[in-house]
Amino acid sequence: MQGSLVKLTDVSFSYGSSAVLKDITFTVNPGEFWALIGPNGSGKSTLIKLLLGLLKPSRGTVELFGKPAGDPDRKERIGYVSQKSASFNSGFPATVLEVVKSGLTVKRGLFRRFTEDDSKAARRALQAVGMEDFTGRNIGELSGGQQQRVFIARALAAEPELLIMDEPTVGIDQQNSASFYSMLEELNREHGIAIILVSHEIDLVTDLASHVACLNHTMHFHGGRRDFAKLGDRDLSKWYGHPVRLIHQKEGGGSDD
Amino acid sequence: MIEALFSYDFLQNAFLSGLIIGVIAPMIGLFIVVRRLALIADALSHVSLAGIAGSLYLSQQVVFFAGLNPVYLGMAAAVGGSLLIERLRRVYRNFEELAIPIILSAGIGFGAIFISLAKGFGSDLVGYLFGSVSAVSRQDLTVVAVLAAAVLVFIYLFYKELFTLSFDTDYSRASGLNGGWIQILFMVMTALVIGASMRIVGILLVSSLMTLPVASAIQVAKSFRSAMVLSVILGETSVIAGLVAAFYLDIAPGGTIVVTAILILLAVLGGKRLLGLRHPEAEEEAA
Ligand SMILES: Nc1ncnc2c1ncn2[C@@H]1O[C@H](COP(=O)(O)OP(=O)(O)OP(=O)(O)O)[C@@H](O)[C@H]1O
Ligand SMILES: [Mg+2]
Repeated sequence: MQGSLVKLTDVSFSYGSSAVLKDITFTVNPGEFWALIGPNGSGKSTLIKLLLGLLKPSRGTVELFGKPAGDPDRKERIGYVSQKSASFNSGFPATVLEVVKSGLTVKRGLFRRFTEDDSKAARRALQAVGMEDFTGRNIGELSGGQQQRVFIARALAAEPELLIMDEPTVGIDQQNSASFYSMLEELNREHGIAIILVSHEIDLVTDLASHVACLNHTMHFHGGRRDFAKLGDRDLSKWYGHPVRLIHQKEGGGSDD
Repeated sequence: MIEALFSYDFLQNAFLSGLIIGVIAPMIGLFIVVRRLALIADALSHVSLAGIAGSLYLSQQVVFFAGLNPVYLGMAAAVGGSLLIERLRRVYRNFEELAIPIILSAGIGFGAIFISLAKGFGSDLVGYLFGSVSAVSRQDLTVVAVLAAAVLVFIYLFYKELFTLSFDTDYSRASGLNGGWIQILFMVMTALVIGASMRIVGILLVSSLMTLPVASAIQVAKSFRSAMVLSVILGETSVIAGLVAAFYLDIAPGGTIVVTAILILLAVLGGKRLLGLRHPEAEEEAA
């Protein structure tokens, strides 16, 4: 039996003197699909960067696949879509295919050049987000939502064991966002890929995910979706610090496993 | 000129070196430009100025240095400077962009000290500053060829890592790409390219040869690969035209090479405007 994928123990973090996260303990096990919610500035992106090893905690420990986060020799694959992925240098000379293939760099390994298989995998990932007709286009010449879909494809290309996505559907139209969510569901159910999804679409993602974490500088709630569904809007509003209303589409009737 | 090329060794040396650096300077330059680090090339070339000036000064004082090619000390200084920049960038994360001006100033500062101490070394120094057609020895050419081979092997082996790191550093780290030592190697390669190029284009103009052809290429290239090919083609064009002009006008090649590269850039920008091919950035500004 594989251990936990992500394990934060008593983690605190501050940018300079401003404390952002306090005493976070949080575990993600294989096969779980977590929705990470919380108001603006609550520290969701910071938490994601901590667990990826992009930031170092002020206190506590962060483990990824049983090793300290940021371990340079990690072999397990993580697909990451950052919140501001579309803010890259827009004059960068790269095609959509080149960008998506860069998601395969670690998988292919050092001293090896990309193969035809890698191009195929990249095309498959682009197909999954409906961008297969754009392979040869310059990335800077796409619309914001199209770019975002390309970055999702880059995260999917390497068939990661863990997908970490920070507001991936921002800027994506309703139809593509709906098909993206059903793809996540499929990746999780059929392929057992663990997912951490940050989103402000609370109703939607707390129905989609198997687990919910509600963050506002501290972890107010983390647990299964059913337990989350039992909570009232009162709790959520208290944690958010402003009124929140949830419309549970699948309340009571959701199939958990 | 063709006859001269066959009859004078020094011309052959200059031309062959020129052809080689016309390939490697824009290649390394592409990675530098897309990461918006063009100043790094400037900083390192100024550090190599300190090395060259130091070597020239020491050659007046110490017998050992009289026999040593100043290019070596210049290159060593550039490599040292590149490692120092990396170190500074890590230690002072919040002041990352300061590392470059600090090293650049240090290079000019030490360069100026050595030059004044030596009470001038006239034409020698001018050759290093602006390049020279006549100063390239067979030994220089060999050094350039060896360095170029190292740079080409490096780019061939690490092409995908270099692309991934350049496009998105955070993503690279998140996906488990350990870019630390590749970045250090890249800095060393940049220093080597500067060392290899300074005989022909001169210390003050090396960074232009690394960045101007790239600036033109990325105006029109859609893919990274085509940007690289185009940068090399435009770099070669600048070097060849510049060397020929320098030979006939009997002036330093650095100037003619860089002016050619600028003319190409202006032509590309003008041509794009005429054809209505617009860069996404230009569209954003217009919007
Ligand atoms: N690089 C930084 N330097 C200093 N403070 C930062 C930095 N990044 C974020 N912060 C601060 O940390 C807090 C948490 O930010 P974070 O980006 O983690 O929030 P978030 O929950 O992702 O918000 P959003 O929903 O808007 O994406 C905010 O108060 C923010 O101002
Ligand atoms: Mg965020």
